[in-house]
Amino acid sequence: MSQAAATAHDDHHYTSTGLSSWKVGFWTFIGSECLFFATLISTYMVYKGRSITGPYPGEILDIPLTSVSTFVLLMSSLAMVLGLDGIQRGSKRLTLIWLGAVILLGATFLGFQVYEFNHFVHEGLTISTNVFGSSFFVLTGFHGAHVAGGVIWLSTLWILAARGKLTSADSLKVEIAGLYWHFVDIVWIVIFTLVYLIQ
Amino acid sequence: MSSEAMAGNMAHDQGGDSHGEHGSHASPGFYWAIGGILTVITAVEVAVFYIPFLASVLVPILLVLSGAKFALVVMFFMHLKYDSRIFSGVFLAGLVLAAFMTVALIILYHVLPNYDLMG
Repeated sequence: MSQAAATAHDDHHYTSTGLSSWKVGFWTFIGSECLFFATLISTYMVYKGRSITGPYPGEILDIPLTSVSTFVLLMSSLAMVLGLDGIQRGSKRLTLIWLGAVILLGATFLGFQVYEFNHFVHEGLTISTNVFGSSFFVLTGFHGAHVAGGVIWLSTLWILAARGKLTSADSLKVEIAGLYWHFVDIVWIVIFTLVYLIQ
Repeated sequence: MSSEAMAGNMAHDQGGDSHGEHGSHASPGFYWAIGGILTVITAVEVAVFYIPFLASVLVPILLVLSGAKFALVVMFFMHLKYDSRIFSGVFLAGLVLAAFMTVALIILYHVLPNYDLMG
């Protein structure tokens, strides 16, 4: 690492291991989030097939639509890592393009989720209809809230980058936001498989 | 630890060992390739879902495919393959605990009720 880059990192805090305390703390947070989503996924699995009234998952889940939204979220992860690469290279243009793409793709995923929820309610499935509805809306709703939080977080970073207040010296901020975004993506990989494909 | 030593460790921490010293772990082309693989795996998952004669092995196939996607994102997009093993340890601790909890709850609610434990 060059002297300039090392100096740029001096405003960061380090643990006794020499690792950035921001990253250690954030990975610990992600570890705890694994347990949070595991409780929600476990609840869904425990109540799977125990609804005594419909609509049932096989009648209402739209696999083609959700496949597209899954693809959108996967591509947002690709855009995120390209945005991090952009800021680490010191390219404001690439940072703005790829972070903007992540925000747009994240918002598109949320749009799909709003459409799906609205469709389910019109089909008679609400959070209080049956145990499938309760566990499904709580699980996917919390995931959607995490996506919404990520979109807001990344939007603030995009505004900072556009104003020239986010430079390559601040790449750790983008990297940590990226860790959060990728985590949201891997949670969806699990949800898509266990909830939508394995019915 | 001095700030110089910490900065040195930081360089290693951010992947300076194999892919450049400023946290750039791989080239954009490599990331595009990973994105392409993730897309193909997702397409295969959906295709498998609609193939009737694979219904009996659907669950293991889907678990393997989604596990592959999970691993690709964690290793290359989240850079765990290049970062300090401490990060991997912290993440895996939460992940393993979460997996144990899920399996325990499924056994408790779906397997044990099938046995007459009082009899």
